[in-house]
Parts: sequence; structure tokens; C-alpha cells
Amino acid sequence: MASSRLARRPELGGSITGAGMVRSFRGRLNLTLGALLITAVVLAALLSFLWLPSDPNAMDFSVRLAPPSLEHPLGTDQFGRDLLSRLMVGARATLYVGLIAVGIALGLGSLVGAISGFVGGVLDDLLMRIVDVLYAFPPILMAILLAAIYRPGALTAMVAIGIATVPVFARLMRSSVLSLKERDFVEAGRALGATGPRILWRHILPSATSPIIVQVSLSLAVAILAEAALSFLGLGTPPRVPSWGNMLREAQSFMALSPYPALVPGLAIVVTVLGWSLLGDGLRDALDPQSRR
Amino acid sequence: MLSYLVRRFASALLSIFLAALLVFAALLTIPGDPAEIILGLNASPGSVTALREQLGLDVPPVPRFLNWLGGALRGDFGDSLNYRRPVSELIAGRLQVSVPLALGAMAIACLIALPLGVISALRQGSWLDPLIVSLAQLGAAVPSFWLGLMLILFFSVELGWLPAGGYMTWERSPIGAIRSLILPAIALGLGQAAVITRMTRASMLEVLRQDYVRTASAKGLPQSRVVLVHSLRNALVTIVTVIGLSMVQLLVGAIVIEQVFALPGLGRLALTAIGARDFPLLQAEVLLYATAIVTLSFIVDVLYGILDPRIRYS
Repeated sequence: MASSRLARRPELGGSITGAGMVRSFRGRLNLTLGALLITAVVLAALLSFLWLPSDPNAMDFSVRLAPPSLEHPLGTDQFGRDLLSRLMVGARATLYVGLIAVGIALGLGSLVGAISGFVGGVLDDLLMRIVDVLYAFPPILMAILLAAIYRPGALTAMVAIGIATVPVFARLMRSSVLSLKERDFVEAGRALGATGPRILWRHILPSATSPIIVQVSLSLAVAILAEAALSFLGLGTPPRVPSWGNMLREAQSFMALSPYPALVPGLAIVVTVLGWSLLGDGLRDALDPQSRR
Repeated sequence: MLSYLVRRFASALLSIFLAALLVFAALLTIPGDPAEIILGLNASPGSVTALREQLGLDVPPVPRFLNWLGGALRGDFGDSLNYRRPVSELIAGRLQVSVPLALGAMAIACLIALPLGVISALRQGSWLDPLIVSLAQLGAAVPSFWLGLMLILFFSVELGWLPAGGYMTWERSPIGAIRSLILPAIALGLGQAAVITRMTRASMLEVLRQDYVRTASAKGLPQSRVVLVHSLRNALVTIVTVIGLSMVQLLVGAIVIEQVFALPGLGRLALTAIGARDFPLLQAEVLLYATAIVTLSFIVDVLYGILDPRIRYS
């Protein structure tokens, strides 16, 4: 009895293992739930290449803005197009833009961060100064700038989200490299005559991957939110390709007539973003047991 | 502290300068002649020349940048091509919508997040904590613009309590202006409330573990005093940072929310500038946002030092 009360009040010096166990249980739950949600979304996107309930672009004016039915499990939009089919095809665009954007950020950011941390000195100052400035341009703002200069579209959105996310990975990689490069095993490699790039590639990078993996998952959540917002604004995936963001854009004018076209893509976004962020949190607990979150 | 302030201030100024350089340089990468692109294929050579002159395109890039920057420092960003009025005048008008929206959203976010975060940390181990944590996790995954649509659906379409969009100016009706900002501010604030709740909880937990908090409890101080004075005040150091970052998210999120609720704010102005290829307006807007973000992070850093005197800046 007394021990359980102590465990409930860790602030009074109660059992730390109790809180730790709760945390690791929650971590596993996060990991499992996140993985399930993401698997469901990815499978839906992959399935859409092989099979769809109906043609996502086939208009049928006899069933405009219909509620869910056997024929249209999630209802139809203002042109009588099947919402489930459009949702499945939309998952492709959303995942695709998110993955490419985070890929750009991961590649560019890790490279900049690794060089900055490893070389140090003036180059480090210079690169980090550029990274600092990029912080002043969040994804939507970067997309507005690029869309005005080039052309609004999926490519512009991906590049904008990607570049705006570079600082996150650059900072993360730099701090990993800084703390790792003083460690004994790196010194040993250097003593054995390994060159700079080889030490970075073979000794430092493998040890820096865990936080990066976690960050990829968390950044995907942010990137997918940004993609949806940009498509909603008409600055992302073009209207002829269904994406969750532009489905919502079209749905807004018809919300008074039928809530389903606005409800369905929104819930899909929530599920996907929640999936990536749960997966990221769960991975952090699994890969880095010391993290206090 | 003072030398830190000076250095931090210089660094913020440098960041703003580099942001201006980036905004300016981005426009140089435009494929082709901006004047021809703005006016289209059917423009007469005379009008293209006139526009080139208005935009200062006949001047080489470096002096042009310095001219633009010099004007920007005086608040002169030239005339909007689309509205044919000074850019600064347009922006000033739109601030009447965007500033109250952002502040209202922030107030809503803090009013929800701070109590929830503190309660969650104090009730660690009970059912309340996981409930709040899960709600916060869910809340952070909801896109604010979709939440806006759902609020319109419920409060405007179903119940008819609040306008679904549009804006009543402050001069015409202050109550009308507030009514038209309530739903947008909630839509914008709730997502940030989720983020701030999580961080408040985490930093409270961190502080509650400290020895001096145990001492305060042990010497018999009332729980409320231990929580509010000894713990929350110290947890605030981290929370202020998060609120600063949230403010950045709010500023940018407002661009999307203004579109959802058809509010004539800065964000919508920027979006129309894209379609109209109104480069002077767009450059000014992007630079304004970037400057606001750099300034916010500067303020956060300074507050950090004031709230926590232990932090000695070397």
C-alpha cells in the first residue's frame, strides 16, 4: 500500500522504476499503434494501384453528395465521385510528397550537419549561420516564396517542405557528430590511420542513426500536415490528382449539403499524422531508453 | 548578461539581413524576365520597359538589393503591382486582422494548455495523466484548417451561432470583429494547446523531481505554494521557449486559417500576391514573416535569461 502510493508520487522521491515501467509500456503501445496506423495507410495506398472500389474520377450526378451506402462506403463528393476510391488514391500523393520532402531534408541536412560538426571552425560557423536563417522560413512560408517564383505544384511543395526541414536534421546530425568524434573508438580509428571521410562514414554515422530514424518519423508527421495545408491552399498537388488536402479544398463549398466529403479526408490526415508521431515517440523509447520524455 | 544581449541582438540582425538577402536572391533565380512574366506574352514593349523601370530591374542586382533593403528599413517596400497602392499601407491594414487572430489563438492555447499540463504532471500515475497525454497527442495530429472546417460545420452550419467566414472591421463593429475571429482563433489555438500541454507536463515533471521541491514539501509548505511558486515558476523557463515556438507556428498557421474563414489578413494577401505575381508585395510579406520569426526567437532567448537567473551567458 505504502509502496504504491510512493510510486504514484515520483516527485516525492518515489519509485523510479515504476515510472520507467509505465513509460516503456506506453512506448511499446505507441510503437505498436503507430506502426498499425501507418501500415494501414501504406497498404491502402499500395492497394489503390491494383484495385479500387470504383473509378475515382467517374462522375455520377445521380448520386451527388450521397451519404455512405453499400455502393459508396464513404459516400460521394459534389460530382458523385466515390470518396473511398479518391481517399485511397489520395493516400499516394500525400505519402509521396511527404516521403520525398523528408528525403530531401534528411539527405541535405545530414550532409550539412555531419560536415559542420566534423570539420568545425569557420566552415561550421558559416553552415550553421545558413541553417539558422532557414529556421526563419517554415514550410508554408518557403512554399509561398517558391510558388510565386516558379509554379505552384507538387514539386514546389516537396522542395519547399524539404528545404524548410533541413535545419532540423542538420542540427541533429551536427550534435551527434560533435559528441561522437571525441569518443575512444573514433580516436582508435584515427590512430589506425583512417582518413576523415572514412571515420565519418564507418565509425560516426552508424552510431548517429537512432536519433535520425526517430526524427524521420516525426518529420514525416509535420511534412504530411504541411502537404495537406499546401494542397488545401492550392499550392500543392494539382486539382486533377486527388490528394487529401485538395479534396478538403473542394469539400468546403458543399459542407452545408453533405459533411462526408469534408469529414473523410480530414480523418485520414489525422490518422496518418498521428501514426507517424506515435511511431516516432515509440521508436525513441525503444532506441534510446535513457530519454526522459 | 549585457554582452550576451548585445551579441544575441547582433546575431538576430544578421539573420534578418541574410533572410532579406535570401528573399531577394530567390527572385533573381526566376527563369526569364520578371517584367515579361508579370505582364504576359501580349504586353507591348513600352509597358514592359516601364515596369522594368518601376521594379528597378534596369539597375544591377547589388545596388538594387541595397535600394530595396534601404527602403525596407524606412518601411517603404514600393507599390503593389496588383493593388497599385504602397505595400506598407496594405500590410498595415491587414495587421488589424492577423495580430488579434494570432494573439487570441495564443491566449486560447495557453488557457487550455498550462492548467492541463500542470494537472497532468501532478496526477502522474492516475487515469487523468494518460488521458490528457493521449488527447494532446491526438490534438497535435489534427490539421488546424480541417478543425476550422469542422468548427464551421458545427457552430455555423448546424447551430448558426457564429459566422462561417468573412470579417467585420473594428470600426464598423468591434463585436462583429470579435465574433468573426472566435472560430478561427479556436481552430488555430487548439493544435498549439496540444503541443504546449505536452511540454508543460514534461518540464513540470522535470522540476518536481528536484531536491528543493521535495524540501519545500517536507517543511510543510502548502501544496498550492509548492506547485505554483516553487515548481511552475521554474518550469516556465522551458514553457516560455515552447510558447515562443508556438507563436511562430501560429503566425504561419494563420495563413491557412485566414483562407478557411475568408479573413482579409496578411496570409490571404500573400496568397493573392502569388496568383497575381505581385513581387514587391510578396517580397515584403515573406520578409515580414521571417523577421517576425527571428524577432520571436530573440525575445524567447532574452526572456530565458530573465526568468532563470542561473543561466549565465558566457
